[in-house]
Amino acid sequence: METGRAPVARTEATPAALSSSDARLRRRKAVDKAARWVIAAIASTAIAAVALIFVFLLREALPIFTSSTVHEEVTLGKMLFAQEWRTGEPPYHAWQPVSKVPKYSLLPLLVGTFKVAIIALLFAVPVSVLGAVFTSELAPRRVREFIKPAVELLAGIPSVVLGFFVLMVLATQVQDIFGFQYRLNAIVAGIGLGLTIIPVIFTLSEDALTAVPPSYREAAFALGASRTRTAWSVILPAASPGIFAAIVLGFGRAMGETMIVLMASGNAAILSWDPTLPVRTVPATIAAEMGEVVVGGPHWTVLFVLGVLLLGLTIAFNGLSGWYVRRLRAKLGGSA
Amino acid sequence: MRRTATLLLAALVALGACSRDRQQPAGQGETNRRASTLTIKGSDTLVMLAQRLAEAFMHKNPGLTVQVTGGGSGTGIAALINGTTEIATASRPMKESEKAQVQARRERPAVEHAVALDGIAIYVHESNPVPHLTLDQIKRIYEGRIKDWSEVGGPAGRITLYSRENNSGTYAYFKEEVMDDEDFDPRAQTLPGTSAVVNAIAKDPRGIGFGGIAFGSGIRTVPVKKDEQAEAVAPSLETVTNGTYPISRKLFMYTAGEPTGIVAQFLEFALSPEGQALAEKAGYYPLRPTAP
Repeated sequence: METGRAPVARTEATPAALSSSDARLRRRKAVDKAARWVIAAIASTAIAAVALIFVFLLREALPIFTSSTVHEEVTLGKMLFAQEWRTGEPPYHAWQPVSKVPKYSLLPLLVGTFKVAIIALLFAVPVSVLGAVFTSELAPRRVREFIKPAVELLAGIPSVVLGFFVLMVLATQVQDIFGFQYRLNAIVAGIGLGLTIIPVIFTLSEDALTAVPPSYREAAFALGASRTRTAWSVILPAASPGIFAAIVLGFGRAMGETMIVLMASGNAAILSWDPTLPVRTVPATIAAEMGEVVVGGPHWTVLFVLGVLLLGLTIAFNGLSGWYVRRLRAKLGGSA
Repeated sequence: MRRTATLLLAALVALGACSRDRQQPAGQGETNRRASTLTIKGSDTLVMLAQRLAEAFMHKNPGLTVQVTGGGSGTGIAALINGTTEIATASRPMKESEKAQVQARRERPAVEHAVALDGIAIYVHESNPVPHLTLDQIKRIYEGRIKDWSEVGGPAGRITLYSRENNSGTYAYFKEEVMDDEDFDPRAQTLPGTSAVVNAIAKDPRGIGFGGIAFGSGIRTVPVKKDEQAEAVAPSLETVTNGTYPISRKLFMYTAGEPTGIVAQFLEFALSPEGQALAEKAGYYPLRPTAP
């Protein structure tokens, strides 16, 4: 664009040329500004998308507060607190949305969601954090170059395929070994979920470990520590905020993951922390029930309330994780 | 990768918003639709049957197009309310609230057409020797009041309950007819289809489940007694069509207003001996009056 006028710029600085170069500078600034706006607009598309999704969810969930037809069946209070569903029986929590008296208690679903996510963490955290320590600190370069992409490949397995594997193979194996009453239960679903979050935790932990300044390592070696000792007592503690962030992110991911729990958890809304029972999670509930509800009805509204809740929780966990990463950076930046 | 996913989601949301806007005036705009296309939407149970009927119908009437989509009884009825489908298929009768919505949005009453019969079978693992169950026993099992197989004439062992997702027509029908609208035991596992139930029970010697009459390896269908005195009846073509099998249901197609034109033609075909034969081929049972 500017090339056509380029020779002019090389002429001697007569007053006329000066003023023309002045104009050019202004034009260039304008182009610059426009380009910056365009790029900023493109960059904010993702943010706008998230905001729009939130607005959309809120719009559909709002009738829980405003609509009287929704209130005939359900209110937020009825979702949160135990209700006396049967006269004469003590109040209890129940998720039975298709019923004479529809019951929309949140607690069984929330407990289920956290239960499965926690089991997933118990399974995934040791595997992925120890794996990350091994790969970044102890493994020879050749091995590292093999392990890293292999673990990341796990992230590429479609969750429905993992779910299929868990449902058909793993659930039977686990039941044979432990003799659970229920073949599909929170433990089985949690292991499946663990497989999906291992790559997340592994990759981020590895990054956190690699980001520890070499001076730490050198200092430890200079004091005579072995590689294992250095990894365990110096590098791992130094990287711990980053690893914690990875775990939190993995937890958020596990809460939102749908397909595996939908397939392998048994989907029974039981209010219990017993990991051997089947479990129903918030995302699986939305996925299973969305297709059939009366559009705009109470059940529809409740599913959107669940969606808002889930999005809120996930954003909160992602935010927490981001905050920890920033803290880690500041800490390492300050002491390195 | 996360960003791509977000963008995709945004696109989906946008699409959703568009389709919603288009649905609003559809009630009025449907007369503009070409008279040679027919859309059928609804019950996943009925998708196979509707598809076969559509193929045979299009074969007999070249130039006419029938589009069949599933999604579930509720989805089909919602589409009928919004005016985006001419026929809604349903494996449960329409609720009063839904009928009222059809009347309100389409300004015509919902008209019910029974097209076939379906029996709901009770499955157990093939090794389970329980001879038969009464309707009341089945109900109490699913309420969680009978907990052990030994209470109903089986071997000792805690019963594992398998149910269907609460949006399926099979679930609604079972809940209404067998459970008298009582709630299921929360421990009942909900699975997404008859084949999932069959598959789960084939792997679980203590399991019990229900679903369309299907034949799978590893399971047994249990004969059902209407009450303590009645004879135990196993589900079959004969017992379902003559009404002696206690858990059988009608499968429906709904239209807004009395059907005319291609819609009437299609429904007539579905109820003809040829259409009923197709229903039988798809694994259902012909309606009694038109049974050949």
